Amino acid sequence: MRRFLRLYCVEQKLFFRSADVFIFNLCMPLATFILIAFIAGDKTAGSSQMTYLQSAFASLVSVGICCSAFMSIPIVIVDYRDKKILKHFYCSPCSPSRILGVDTICSAVMAGISALLISLTAVIFFGYRMKGSPLTFIGAWLLTLIAMFSIGLMIASLCRTVKAMNAVTGLVYFPMLFLSGATIPYELFPNGLKHIADVMPLSMGIKLMKAASVGIWPEMTKLYIILLVAITVICSTISVKTFRWE
Amino acid sequence: MSTTCIEACELTKSFNGQKVVDGLSFSVEKGQVFGLLGHNGAGKSTTIEMILGLKTPDSGKAVILDKEASKYRKEIFEKVGVQLQASNYQAAIRVDEVCMEHASLYRNPKDYQELLAKFGLEKFKKSQVSKLSGGERQKLSVVLSLIGNPEIVFLDELTTGIDVAARREVWRTLKNLKDSGLTIFLTTHYMEEAEILCDKILLIKNGKKITEGTVKEVVKASPYNNLEEAYLWYMDEEVVL
Repeated sequence: MRRFLRLYCVEQKLFFRSADVFIFNLCMPLATFILIAFIAGDKTAGSSQMTYLQSAFASLVSVGICCSAFMSIPIVIVDYRDKKILKHFYCSPCSPSRILGVDTICSAVMAGISALLISLTAVIFFGYRMKGSPLTFIGAWLLTLIAMFSIGLMIASLCRTVKAMNAVTGLVYFPMLFLSGATIPYELFPNGLKHIADVMPLSMGIKLMKAASVGIWPEMTKLYIILLVAITVICSTISVKTFRWE
Repeated sequence: MSTTCIEACELTKSFNGQKVVDGLSFSVEKGQVFGLLGHNGAGKSTTIEMILGLKTPDSGKAVILDKEASKYRKEIFEKVGVQLQASNYQAAIRVDEVCMEHASLYRNPKDYQELLAKFGLEKFKKSQVSKLSGGERQKLSVVLSLIGNPEIVFLDELTTGIDVAARREVWRTLKNLKDSGLTIFLTTHYMEEAEILCDKILLIKNGKKITEGTVKEVVKASPYNNLEEAYLWYMDEEVVL
């Protein structure tokens, strides 16, 4: 355990040292949240029963997840494979799965810090109070995290080269970031765009978090949960089956 | 008791129908420095990877300390240090951090501070690995292969691509290790390196054994009187300039 922690500490430090992670995972969602809260915090968001502050809070805590799942995880794994770091781990009494596990935890911690920063800012500076149960909300956040991470791990397994991975993560990350309602409020989307957002796994998670945060559960809740669990099972199976450390 | 550390028996491996390693057999004794020599693409790295269990041979088998590495990974790699060809490290990682990571993988690691000091790398402890010069990096990879306190180390083309002075320094380091009784399996393109360090050399071409023995024996069996010319003669290359 101590050995695992030591490896974790070094890898986590490397995460903090990466400018990409710092900007996209921590700064960008926080800045977007502050902006939305300032501009339209107490206005009602579209036809929903939420204010923009409530809506932005429940969606921007997912940006860290999106960033970790579709950038950090595939980039780190493909890069380590490319640099033969995984091969080196194979030539040690530990297996490559140790460093993969460690880095997945690091990514989860970054997503957690990102969400925590937004929560603290919301509560302290914008007087945000959650109507629903915080515990259920955390549950919804975790389910979203696990489902998105399984997709990220699948991408890392399927992409053999850094080039392929860059292309795929670009194709997945940016649409998820802008079209799922994670950054730009879903309530502002025209109907056509809403349909696109509705099929994105991340927006299912966001809808669950929104529901949990106000304590009002739409009919689709069960379906979203089932879909996210299904995504997790399918993607993690594919990722384990197709994973190659070389 | 047998003192054989590494034994390869009829190792064969093909890629896309082409034989890269072809019926290769040899053994390495405890405390020996064993050099595997051959051109680029002769099958040196593939041979090492088969011994380490990174690649499965099509036929034949190899054992380290009487065991197959692929089946007894945990046990074998506590006793075997490895430096792979053209290794890279995480972006922005520092020398002490990469050492810490490696030390965390072993049950009884050596004190990496001591190793860094021994290899003259102490002053770079807080530098990023990517900022090191070629020679310093290679010395670092030797340090990393030694962190687990191994009985055997595999060094694949350790001195390729570094300058003459740095190469000599790495040789000095290896010589000290040899004197301390460590078994070393290395591949190299420098005949001088083999002459200085190796107790036994094995020449391969297209994955096949050409000859083996001590440097003296190998040179003596050729019409030339130094290893470089003898090597070229064995490889059927033009010797005369």
